Amino acid sequence: MAEKIKPIPQPESDKYWEGANEGKLLLQKFGDHIQFYPRAVSTKDGSRDVEWIEASGKATLYTFTIVHQPPHPSFVDDVPYIAAIVTLEEGVNMPTRIIGIDPEPENLTLGMDLKLDFIDADGQKLPVFKPV
Amino acid sequence: MKSLRKSLSGKAAIVGVAESDKLGKVPEISPLGHHAQAAHNALDDAGLSISDVDGLFTAGYSTYDIGEYLGIEPTFTDSTVVGGSSFVIHLAHALAAINAGYCEVALITHGQSGRSDRARNRGGGGMPADQYTSPYGIMGPPINYAMAARKYMEMYGEDRTRQALAEIAVSTRKWANMNEKAYFYDKTMSFDDYHESRWVSWPFHLMDCCLVTDAGAAIVVTSIEKAKDTKKNPIKILGVGEGHDHGSLISQMPDLTRTFGRNTGPRALEMAGLDYKDIDLAMIYDSFTHTVLVTLESLGFCGPGEGPDFVANQVTAPGGSFPLNTSGGGLSYTHPGMYGIFTVVEAVRQLRGETGERQLDKCDIALAHGTGGLLSSTGTVLLTSNN
Repeated sequence: MAEKIKPIPQPESDKYWEGANEGKLLLQKFGDHIQFYPRAVSTKDGSRDVEWIEASGKATLYTFTIVHQPPHPSFVDDVPYIAAIVTLEEGVNMPTRIIGIDPEPENLTLGMDLKLDFIDADGQKLPVFKPV
Repeated sequence: MKSLRKSLSGKAAIVGVAESDKLGKVPEISPLGHHAQAAHNALDDAGLSISDVDGLFTAGYSTYDIGEYLGIEPTFTDSTVVGGSSFVIHLAHALAAINAGYCEVALITHGQSGRSDRARNRGGGGMPADQYTSPYGIMGPPINYAMAARKYMEMYGEDRTRQALAEIAVSTRKWANMNEKAYFYDKTMSFDDYHESRWVSWPFHLMDCCLVTDAGAAIVVTSIEKAKDTKKNPIKILGVGEGHDHGSLISQMPDLTRTFGRNTGPRALEMAGLDYKDIDLAMIYDSFTHTVLVTLESLGFCGPGEGPDFVANQVTAPGGSFPLNTSGGGLSYTHPGMYGIFTVVEAVRQLRGETGERQLDKCDIALAHGTGGLLSSTGTVLLTSNN
Protein backbone atom coordinates (compact mmCIF):
# COMPACT_ATOMS: atom_id res chain seq x y z
CA MET A 1 0.00 0.00 0.00
CA ALA A 2 1.19 3.47 -0.83
CA GLU A 3 2.63 5.49 1.99
CA LYS A 4 0.11 7.71 3.76
CA ILE A 5 0.18 11.42 3.02
CA LYS A 6 1.39 13.34 6.03
CA PRO A 7 0.86 17.02 6.59
CA ILE A 8 3.82 19.22 5.66
CA PRO A 9 3.64 21.90 8.34
CA GLN A 10 4.56 25.51 7.73
CA PRO A 11 6.30 27.42 10.53
CA GLU A 12 2.95 28.88 11.58
CA SER A 13 1.33 25.45 11.87
CA ASP A 14 4.01 23.48 13.73
CA LYS A 15 2.11 24.03 16.98
CA TYR A 16 -1.14 22.85 15.43
CA TRP A 17 0.32 19.51 14.37
CA GLU A 18 2.34 19.05 17.57
CA GLY A 19 -0.91 19.66 19.46
CA ALA A 20 -2.67 17.02 17.39
CA ASN A 21 -0.01 14.48 18.39
CA GLU A 22 -0.82 15.31 22.01
CA GLY A 23 -4.53 14.76 21.37
CA LYS A 24 -5.41 18.45 21.22
CA LEU A 25 -7.04 20.53 18.51
CA LEU A 26 -5.38 23.93 18.81
CA LEU A 27 -6.73 27.14 17.36
CA GLN A 28 -5.31 30.63 17.10
CA LYS A 29 -6.98 33.43 19.03
CA PHE A 30 -6.25 37.12 18.52
CA GLY A 31 -8.24 39.09 21.09
CA ASP A 32 -11.80 37.85 20.55
CA HIS A 33 -11.08 36.57 17.03
CA ILE A 34 -10.59 32.82 16.60
CA GLN A 35 -9.32 31.49 13.27
CA PHE A 36 -8.72 28.27 11.37
CA TYR A 37 -6.13 27.63 9.95
CA PRO A 38 -3.04 29.02 11.72
CA ARG A 39 -1.48 32.05 10.07
CA ALA A 40 1.23 34.60 10.86
CA VAL A 41 -1.39 37.31 11.33
CA SER A 42 -5.02 37.73 12.35
CA THR A 43 -7.38 37.69 9.37
CA LYS A 44 -9.43 40.30 11.22
CA ASP A 45 -6.93 43.09 11.77
CA GLY A 46 -3.41 41.88 11.05
CA SER A 47 -2.58 41.45 14.74
CA ARG A 48 0.48 39.30 15.59
CA ASP A 49 -0.60 38.99 19.20
CA VAL A 50 -1.54 35.32 19.02
CA GLU A 51 -2.76 33.08 21.79
CA TRP A 52 -3.32 29.35 21.23
CA ILE A 53 -6.45 27.80 22.67
CA GLU A 54 -7.60 24.20 22.82
CA ALA A 55 -10.87 23.61 20.99
CA SER A 56 -13.65 22.05 23.06
CA GLY A 57 -13.90 19.21 20.55
CA LYS A 58 -17.62 19.81 20.02
CA ALA A 59 -18.66 20.35 16.42
CA THR A 60 -21.56 20.06 14.01
CA LEU A 61 -21.58 18.63 10.50
CA TYR A 62 -21.49 21.45 7.92
CA THR A 63 -21.36 19.28 4.80
CA PHE A 64 -19.85 16.03 3.56
CA THR A 65 -19.22 13.75 0.61
CA ILE A 66 -18.81 10.01 0.41
CA VAL A 67 -15.64 9.31 -1.53
CA HIS A 68 -15.85 6.23 -3.77
CA GLN A 69 -12.98 6.91 -6.16
CA PRO A 70 -9.69 7.15 -4.26
CA PRO A 71 -7.90 10.44 -5.08
CA HIS A 72 -4.49 8.88 -4.37
CA PRO A 73 -3.21 5.26 -4.07
CA SER A 74 -2.85 5.59 -0.29
CA PHE A 75 -6.64 5.81 0.03
CA VAL A 76 -7.48 2.68 -1.94
CA ASP A 77 -8.21 0.69 1.22
CA ASP A 78 -10.16 3.55 2.78
CA VAL A 79 -12.96 3.96 0.22
CA PRO A 80 -15.78 4.54 0.68
CA TYR A 81 -15.03 7.15 3.33
CA ILE A 82 -16.65 10.33 4.57
CA ALA A 83 -14.85 13.60 3.80
CA ALA A 84 -16.45 16.54 5.54
CA ILE A 85 -16.38 20.13 6.66
CA VAL A 86 -17.36 20.65 10.29
CA THR A 87 -18.19 23.77 12.26
CA LEU A 88 -16.38 23.83 15.59
CA GLU A 89 -18.13 25.12 18.70
CA GLU A 90 -15.65 28.02 18.47
CA GLY A 91 -17.32 29.11 15.22
CA VAL A 92 -14.78 28.15 12.58
CA ASN A 93 -15.04 25.60 9.76
CA MET A 94 -12.40 22.97 9.05
CA PRO A 95 -11.96 20.08 6.63
CA THR A 96 -11.81 16.64 8.22
CA ARG A 97 -13.10 13.11 8.11
CA ILE A 98 -16.07 11.56 9.87
CA ILE A 99 -15.39 8.16 11.43
CA GLY A 100 -17.37 5.69 13.50
CA ILE A 101 -20.38 5.56 11.18
CA ASP A 102 -21.20 3.60 8.00
CA PRO A 103 -20.54 5.78 4.95
CA GLU A 104 -24.13 5.97 3.71
CA PRO A 105 -25.82 9.31 2.94
CA GLU A 106 -28.83 8.46 5.13
CA ASN A 107 -26.61 8.09 8.20
CA LEU A 108 -25.51 11.70 8.02
CA THR A 109 -27.58 14.79 8.72
CA LEU A 110 -26.16 18.25 8.27
CA GLY A 111 -26.03 19.93 11.66
CA MET A 112 -25.64 16.66 13.56
CA ASP A 113 -23.51 16.79 16.72
CA LEU A 114 -19.98 15.47 16.50
CA LYS A 115 -17.05 15.07 18.82
CA LEU A 116 -13.33 15.19 18.29
CA ASP A 117 -11.22 12.07 17.83
CA PHE A 118 -7.89 11.34 16.18
CA ILE A 119 -6.62 8.92 13.55
CA ASP A 120 -3.03 8.04 12.84
CA ALA A 121 -1.28 8.74 9.52
CA ASP A 122 2.06 6.92 9.90
CA GLY A 123 2.95 8.63 13.17
CA GLN A 124 1.13 11.95 12.72
CA LYS A 125 -2.25 12.20 14.42
CA LEU A 126 -5.03 13.89 12.44
CA PRO A 127 -8.06 15.48 14.10
CA VAL A 128 -11.25 13.78 12.91
CA PHE A 129 -14.83 13.68 14.18
CA LYS A 130 -17.38 11.05 15.09
CA PRO A 131 -21.04 11.11 16.03
CA VAL A 132 -21.81 11.92 19.67
CA MET B 1 -12.90 54.70 -11.33
CA LYS B 2 -16.18 53.17 -12.43
CA SER B 3 -16.44 55.59 -15.34
CA LEU B 4 -12.92 54.78 -16.53
CA ARG B 5 -13.78 51.08 -16.37
CA LYS B 6 -16.97 51.64 -18.27
CA SER B 7 -15.16 53.69 -20.88
CA LEU B 8 -13.22 50.54 -21.86
CA SER B 9 -16.40 48.73 -22.89
CA GLY B 10 -16.03 47.69 -26.53
CA LYS B 11 -12.48 49.10 -26.78
CA ALA B 12 -10.76 45.86 -27.78
CA ALA B 13 -11.79 42.87 -29.85
CA ILE B 14 -11.13 39.17 -30.11
CA VAL B 15 -9.88 38.56 -33.64
CA GLY B 16 -8.66 34.99 -33.44
CA VAL B 17 -9.64 31.81 -31.57
CA ALA B 18 -8.61 28.20 -32.00
CA GLU B 19 -7.94 24.89 -30.34
CA SER B 20 -4.75 22.86 -30.76
CA ASP B 21 -4.65 20.45 -33.73
CA LYS B 22 -6.13 17.45 -31.95
CA LEU B 23 -8.16 17.16 -28.75
CA GLY B 24 -8.91 14.19 -26.54
CA LYS B 25 -6.21 11.53 -26.19
CA VAL B 26 -3.05 13.09 -27.64
CA PRO B 27 -0.08 11.37 -25.97
CA GLU B 28 2.28 12.44 -28.77
CA ILE B 29 1.99 16.16 -27.94
CA SER B 30 3.22 17.85 -24.77
CA PRO B 31 1.26 20.55 -22.95
CA LEU B 32 3.64 23.16 -24.42
CA GLY B 33 2.97 21.66 -27.84
CA HIS B 34 -0.76 22.27 -27.35
CA HIS B 35 -0.01 25.90 -26.42
CA ALA B 36 2.08 26.34 -29.57
CA GLN B 37 -0.34 24.68 -32.00
CA ALA B 38 -3.27 26.61 -30.61
CA ALA B 39 -1.32 29.88 -30.74
CA HIS B 40 -0.49 29.46 -34.43
CA ASN B 41 -4.02 28.32 -35.24
CA ALA B 42 -5.54 31.35 -33.49
CA LEU B 43 -3.13 33.75 -35.21
CA ASP B 44 -4.02 32.13 -38.57
CA ASP B 45 -7.68 32.60 -37.70
CA ALA B 46 -6.94 36.32 -37.23
CA GLY B 47 -4.70 36.68 -40.27
CA LEU B 48 -1.83 37.66 -38.00
CA SER B 49 1.50 36.01 -37.21
CA ILE B 50 3.81 35.40 -34.28
CA SER B 51 5.80 38.52 -35.19
CA ASP B 52 2.72 40.68 -34.58
CA VAL B 53 2.38 39.58 -30.94
CA ASP B 54 3.65 42.03 -28.32
CA GLY B 55 1.52 40.97 -25.33
CA LEU B 56 1.64 37.40 -23.99
CA PHE B 57 -0.74 35.84 -21.46
CA THR B 58 -0.89 32.34 -20.05
CA ALA B 59 -1.60 30.33 -16.91
CA GLY B 60 0.06 27.20 -15.62
CA TYR B 61 3.45 27.94 -17.13
CA SER B 62 5.31 31.20 -16.93
CA THR B 63 4.81 33.32 -20.02
CA TYR B 64 8.59 33.35 -20.45
CA ASP B 65 8.55 29.63 -21.21
CA ILE B 66 5.70 30.03 -23.70
CA GLY B 67 7.48 33.01 -25.23
CA GLU B 68 10.68 31.06 -25.69
CA TYR B 69 8.89 28.00 -27.11
CA LEU B 70 7.07 30.15 -29.67
CA GLY B 71 9.86 32.63 -30.36
CA ILE B 72 8.06 35.66 -28.96
CA GLU B 73 9.74 38.50 -27.08
CA PRO B 74 6.72 40.27 -25.64
CA THR B 75 6.86 43.72 -24.09
CA PHE B 76 3.81 43.00 -21.96
CA THR B 77 3.63 39.76 -19.98
CA ASP B 78 0.97 38.30 -17.68
CA SER B 79 1.12 34.83 -16.09
CA THR B 80 -1.85 35.33 -13.77
CA VAL B 81 -2.98 31.90 -12.61
CA VAL B 82 -6.16 31.52 -10.59
CA GLY B 83 -7.18 28.13 -11.97
CA GLY B 84 -9.51 27.52 -14.87
CA SER B 85 -10.92 31.04 -14.91
CA SER B 86 -7.47 32.52 -15.61
CA PHE B 87 -7.83 32.75 -19.37
CA VAL B 88 -11.17 34.55 -19.14
CA ILE B 89 -9.54 36.96 -16.71
CA HIS B 90 -6.65 37.43 -19.18
CA LEU B 91 -9.20 38.94 -21.57
CA ALA B 92 -9.96 41.61 -18.98
CA HIS B 93 -6.25 42.26 -18.54
CA ALA B 94 -5.68 42.38 -22.30
CA LEU B 95 -8.47 44.91 -22.68
CA ALA B 96 -6.81 47.14 -20.10
CA ALA B 97 -3.26 46.63 -21.39
CA ILE B 98 -4.20 47.41 -24.99
CA ASN B 99 -5.96 50.61 -23.95
CA ALA B 100 -3.07 51.63 -21.72
CA GLY B 101 -0.78 51.27 -24.72
CA TYR B 102 1.20 48.46 -23.11
CA CYS B 103 0.61 46.15 -26.07
CA GLU B 104 -1.37 46.05 -29.29
CA VAL B 105 -1.69 42.35 -30.15
CA ALA B 106 -2.36 40.16 -27.12
CA LEU B 107 -1.98 36.38 -27.39
CA ILE B 108 -3.55 34.20 -24.67
CA THR B 109 -2.46 30.57 -24.75
CA HIS B 110 -3.46 27.40 -22.97
CA GLY B 111 -2.37 23.77 -23.18
CA GLN B 112 -2.65 20.79 -20.85
CA SER B 113 -2.36 17.05 -21.12
CA GLY B 114 -4.79 16.18 -18.38
CA ARG B 115 -5.47 12.76 -19.82
CA SER B 116 -2.02 11.62 -20.82
CA ASP B 117 -0.47 12.95 -17.63
CA ARG B 118 -3.11 11.17 -15.64
CA ALA B 119 -0.88 8.23 -14.72
CA ARG B 120 1.04 10.62 -12.52
CA ASN B 121 -0.25 10.39 -9.00
CA ARG B 122 -1.07 13.57 -7.22
CA GLY B 123 1.18 13.45 -4.20
CA GLY B 124 -0.35 16.31 -2.26
CA GLY B 125 1.67 18.56 -0.04
CA GLY B 126 2.56 20.89 -2.89
CA MET B 127 0.72 23.89 -1.50
CA PRO B 128 0.79 25.12 2.09
CA ALA B 129 -2.97 24.58 2.44
CA ASP B 130 -2.72 20.91 1.43
CA GLN B 131 -1.60 19.98 4.95
CA TYR B 132 -5.20 20.47 6.12
CA THR B 133 -6.83 18.35 3.41
CA SER B 134 -4.56 15.82 1.63
CA PRO B 135 -3.85 13.67 4.71
CA TYR B 136 -7.63 13.12 5.01
CA GLY B 137 -8.02 12.12 1.38
CA ILE B 138 -9.62 15.45 0.53
CA MET B 139 -7.86 15.99 -2.78
CA GLY B 140 -8.86 17.12 -6.23
CA PRO B 141 -12.00 18.85 -7.48
CA PRO B 142 -14.62 16.04 -7.32
CA ILE B 143 -14.39 15.55 -3.55
CA ASN B 144 -14.34 19.27 -2.81
CA TYR B 145 -17.12 20.25 -5.20
CA ALA B 146 -19.21 17.31 -3.97
CA MET B 147 -19.20 18.82 -0.49
CA ALA B 148 -20.51 22.08 -1.93
CA ALA B 149 -23.17 20.17 -3.86
CA ARG B 150 -24.32 18.36 -0.71
CA LYS B 151 -24.74 21.73 1.00
CA TYR B 152 -26.83 22.96 -1.92
CA MET B 153 -29.04 19.87 -1.67
CA GLU B 154 -29.57 20.51 2.02
CA MET B 155 -30.70 24.07 1.39
CA TYR B 156 -32.80 23.58 -1.73
CA GLY B 157 -33.92 19.95 -1.80
CA GLU B 158 -32.14 16.75 -2.77
CA ASP B 159 -34.58 15.47 -5.41
CA ARG B 160 -34.93 18.71 -7.35
CA THR B 161 -31.18 19.26 -7.20
CA ARG B 162 -30.59 15.75 -8.54
CA GLN B 163 -33.03 16.37 -11.38
CA ALA B 164 -31.28 19.65 -12.23
CA LEU B 165 -27.88 17.96 -12.36
CA ALA B 166 -29.31 15.32 -14.69
CA GLU B 167 -30.92 17.98 -16.92
CA ILE B 168 -27.57 19.74 -17.31
CA ALA B 169 -25.63 16.52 -18.01
CA VAL B 170 -28.12 15.39 -20.65
CA SER B 171 -28.57 18.75 -22.39
CA THR B 172 -24.83 19.34 -22.55
CA ARG B 173 -24.33 15.93 -24.16
CA LYS B 174 -26.93 16.79 -26.82
CA TRP B 175 -24.81 19.79 -27.82
CA ALA B 176 -21.67 17.64 -27.89
CA ASN B 177 -23.45 15.28 -30.27
CA MET B 178 -23.50 18.24 -32.71
CA ASN B 179 -19.79 19.12 -32.32
CA GLU B 180 -17.36 16.95 -34.26
CA LYS B 181 -14.52 18.06 -32.00
CA ALA B 182 -16.31 16.88 -28.87
CA TYR B 183 -14.95 13.87 -27.02
CA PHE B 184 -18.47 12.44 -26.79
CA TYR B 185 -19.56 13.48 -30.30
CA ASP B 186 -20.63 9.93 -31.11
CA LYS B 187 -22.02 8.96 -27.74
CA THR B 188 -25.49 9.93 -26.60
CA MET B 189 -26.61 10.09 -22.95
CA SER B 190 -30.08 9.33 -21.58
CA PHE B 191 -31.42 10.29 -18.18
CA ASP B 192 -31.10 6.62 -17.21
CA ASP B 193 -27.46 6.63 -18.29
CA TYR B 194 -26.92 9.57 -15.97
CA HIS B 195 -28.68 8.07 -12.95
CA GLU B 196 -27.03 4.68 -13.43
CA SER B 197 -23.47 5.95 -13.76
CA ARG B 198 -21.16 5.02 -10.89
CA TRP B 199 -20.48 7.16 -7.85
CA VAL B 200 -17.24 9.14 -7.90
CA SER B 201 -17.87 11.06 -4.72
CA TRP B 202 -21.49 11.01 -3.59
CA PRO B 203 -23.57 13.05 -4.49
CA PHE B 204 -21.58 13.07 -7.76
CA HIS B 205 -22.12 10.36 -10.33
CA LEU B 206 -19.42 9.90 -12.95
CA MET B 207 -21.67 11.83 -15.33
CA ASP B 208 -21.70 14.84 -13.03
CA CYS B 209 -17.97 15.17 -13.60
CA CYS B 210 -16.11 16.79 -16.48
CA LEU B 211 -13.85 14.96 -18.87
CA VAL B 212 -10.11 14.72 -18.44
CA THR B 213 -8.54 15.31 -21.87
CA ASP B 214 -5.46 16.62 -23.66
CA ALA B 215 -6.12 19.95 -25.37
CA GLY B 216 -5.01 23.51 -25.92
CA ALA B 217 -6.62 26.75 -27.05
CA ALA B 218 -5.58 30.29 -27.79
CA ILE B 219 -7.16 33.72 -28.24
CA VAL B 220 -5.88 36.81 -30.04
CA VAL B 221 -7.08 40.22 -28.84
CA THR B 222 -6.26 43.58 -30.36
CA SER B 223 -7.32 47.21 -30.53
CA ILE B 224 -10.43 48.21 -32.45
CA GLU B 225 -8.24 50.00 -34.99
CA LYS B 226 -5.94 47.03 -35.58
CA ALA B 227 -8.94 44.67 -35.65
CA LYS B 228 -10.04 46.27 -38.92
CA ASP B 229 -6.99 44.70 -40.60
CA THR B 230 -7.81 41.15 -39.49
CA LYS B 231 -9.58 38.37 -41.37
CA LYS B 232 -12.90 38.02 -39.62
CA ASN B 233 -15.63 40.04 -37.95
CA PRO B 234 -14.09 41.34 -34.70
CA ILE B 235 -15.83 40.28 -31.51
CA LYS B 236 -15.86 43.18 -29.08
CA ILE B 237 -15.28 42.81 -25.36
CA LEU B 238 -18.14 44.73 -23.72
CA GLY B 239 -17.78 43.88 -20.06
CA VAL B 240 -15.45 42.05 -17.72
CA GLY B 241 -15.34 40.99 -14.10
CA GLU B 242 -12.79 39.01 -12.10
CA GLY B 243 -12.01 38.00 -8.53
CA HIS B 244 -11.99 35.32 -5.87
CA ASP B 245 -13.27 34.83 -2.33
CA HIS B 246 -11.17 31.92 -1.01
CA GLY B 247 -8.20 29.79 -2.03
CA SER B 248 -7.28 26.12 -1.97
CA LEU B 249 -9.45 25.27 1.05
CA ILE B 250 -13.13 25.07 0.17
CA SER B 251 -13.87 24.98 3.91
CA GLN B 252 -12.99 28.68 3.91
CA MET B 253 -15.53 29.58 1.20
CA PRO B 254 -17.93 32.17 2.64
CA ASP B 255 -21.03 30.42 1.25
CA LEU B 256 -20.74 27.00 -0.40
CA THR B 257 -23.83 27.70 -2.52
CA ARG B 258 -22.73 31.08 -3.97
CA THR B 259 -19.63 31.55 -6.12
CA PHE B 260 -17.82 34.83 -6.73
CA GLY B 261 -19.89 35.01 -9.92
CA ARG B 262 -22.28 36.90 -7.63
CA ASN B 263 -19.80 39.77 -8.02
CA THR B 264 -18.27 39.27 -11.47
CA GLY B 265 -21.56 38.68 -13.32
CA PRO B 266 -23.32 41.87 -12.25
CA ARG B 267 -20.08 43.87 -12.60
CA ALA B 268 -19.51 42.69 -16.18
CA LEU B 269 -23.14 43.45 -17.08
CA GLU B 270 -22.95 46.88 -15.50
CA MET B 271 -19.78 47.70 -17.45
CA ALA B 272 -21.41 46.51 -20.68
CA GLY B 273 -24.69 48.30 -19.97
CA LEU B 274 -26.53 45.03 -20.55
CA ASP B 275 -29.22 43.01 -18.81
CA TYR B 276 -29.59 39.23 -18.48
CA LYS B 277 -32.33 39.18 -21.11
CA ASP B 278 -29.89 40.60 -23.68
CA ILE B 279 -27.70 37.48 -23.53
CA ASP B 280 -28.23 35.03 -26.40
CA LEU B 281 -25.70 32.43 -25.29
CA ALA B 282 -24.27 31.47 -21.90
CA MET B 283 -20.97 29.59 -21.91
CA ILE B 284 -20.51 28.61 -18.28
CA TYR B 285 -17.58 26.58 -17.00
CA ASP B 286 -18.99 23.12 -16.27
CA SER B 287 -16.35 21.33 -14.23
CA PHE B 288 -19.36 19.57 -12.74
CA THR B 289 -23.07 19.73 -13.48
CA HIS B 290 -23.39 21.35 -10.08
CA THR B 291 -20.94 24.13 -11.04
CA VAL B 292 -23.39 25.27 -13.72
CA LEU B 293 -26.31 25.23 -11.32
CA VAL B 294 -24.66 27.39 -8.67
CA THR B 295 -23.04 29.64 -11.28
CA LEU B 296 -26.36 30.46 -12.98
CA GLU B 297 -27.70 31.52 -9.60
CA SER B 298 -24.57 33.37 -8.56
CA LEU B 299 -24.36 35.32 -11.81
CA GLY B 300 -27.97 36.33 -11.29
CA PHE B 301 -29.79 34.53 -14.12
CA CYS B 302 -32.10 33.32 -11.36
CA GLY B 303 -32.33 33.60 -7.60
CA PRO B 304 -30.70 31.38 -4.97
CA GLY B 305 -32.31 27.94 -5.06
CA GLU B 306 -34.19 28.71 -8.30
CA GLY B 307 -31.62 27.01 -10.55
CA PRO B 308 -33.46 23.67 -10.69
CA ASP B 309 -36.57 25.40 -12.05
CA PHE B 310 -34.48 27.54 -14.39
CA VAL B 311 -32.86 24.53 -16.12
CA ALA B 312 -35.92 22.22 -16.03
CA ASN B 313 -37.36 20.50 -19.11
CA GLN B 314 -34.21 20.67 -21.25
CA VAL B 315 -34.45 24.42 -21.93
CA THR B 316 -30.65 24.45 -22.08
CA ALA B 317 -30.53 21.82 -24.86
CA PRO B 318 -30.52 22.41 -28.65
CA GLY B 319 -33.77 24.15 -29.60
CA GLY B 320 -34.36 25.27 -26.02
CA SER B 321 -35.04 28.79 -24.80
CA PHE B 322 -31.73 29.15 -22.91
CA PRO B 323 -28.83 27.80 -24.99
CA LEU B 324 -26.04 26.79 -22.64
CA ASN B 325 -22.58 25.38 -23.33
CA THR B 326 -23.23 24.74 -27.01
CA SER B 327 -19.81 23.17 -27.60
CA GLY B 328 -20.68 20.30 -25.29
CA GLY B 329 -18.76 21.91 -22.45
CA GLY B 330 -16.23 20.45 -20.09
CA LEU B 331 -18.68 17.63 -19.46
CA SER B 332 -18.81 16.28 -23.02
CA TYR B 333 -16.53 18.26 -25.39
CA THR B 334 -13.14 18.70 -23.74
CA HIS B 335 -11.66 19.46 -20.33
CA PRO B 336 -7.89 19.30 -20.04
CA GLY B 337 -7.72 20.83 -16.54
CA MET B 338 -8.20 24.59 -16.80
CA TYR B 339 -11.06 24.69 -19.28
CA GLY B 340 -12.09 28.36 -19.06
CA ILE B 341 -10.52 29.45 -22.36
CA PHE B 342 -12.77 27.06 -24.27
CA THR B 343 -15.89 28.92 -23.13
CA VAL B 344 -14.55 31.94 -25.03
CA VAL B 345 -13.59 29.95 -28.14
CA GLU B 346 -17.15 28.66 -28.53
CA ALA B 347 -18.75 32.02 -27.70
CA VAL B 348 -16.69 33.72 -30.43
CA ARG B 349 -17.56 31.03 -32.98
CA GLN B 350 -21.27 31.29 -32.20
CA LEU B 351 -21.11 35.10 -32.45
CA ARG B 352 -19.40 34.78 -35.83
CA GLY B 353 -21.92 32.20 -37.05
CA GLU B 354 -19.32 29.50 -37.58
CA THR B 355 -20.76 26.58 -35.64
CA GLY B 356 -22.64 24.72 -38.37
CA GLU B 357 -25.32 22.33 -37.18
CA ARG B 358 -25.38 23.76 -33.65
CA GLN B 359 -25.38 27.44 -34.73
CA LEU B 360 -27.95 29.50 -32.82
CA ASP B 361 -30.55 31.37 -34.88
CA LYS B 362 -29.71 34.57 -33.05
CA CYS B 363 -26.41 35.12 -31.33
CA ASP B 364 -25.40 38.77 -30.97
CA ILE B 365 -24.34 38.81 -27.34
CA ALA B 366 -22.65 36.01 -25.41
CA LEU B 367 -21.48 35.56 -21.86
CA ALA B 368 -18.40 33.44 -21.14
CA HIS B 369 -17.68 32.56 -17.55
CA GLY B 370 -14.76 30.72 -16.00
CA THR B 371 -14.44 29.22 -12.54
CA GLY B 372 -11.09 28.31 -11.03
CA GLY B 373 -9.68 26.35 -8.13
CA LEU B 374 -12.30 24.92 -5.78
CA LEU B 375 -15.09 27.33 -6.75
CA SER B 376 -12.44 29.87 -5.69
CA SER B 377 -12.12 32.35 -8.55
CA THR B 378 -14.40 33.55 -11.31
CA GLY B 379 -14.01 35.57 -14.48
CA THR B 380 -16.90 36.82 -16.58
CA VAL B 381 -16.80 38.43 -20.02
CA LEU B 382 -19.55 39.76 -22.25
CA LEU B 383 -18.88 39.65 -25.97
CA THR B 384 -20.70 40.94 -29.04
CA SER B 385 -20.55 40.65 -32.80
CA ASN B 386 -22.36 44.00 -33.13
CA ASN B 387 -20.34 46.87 -34.54
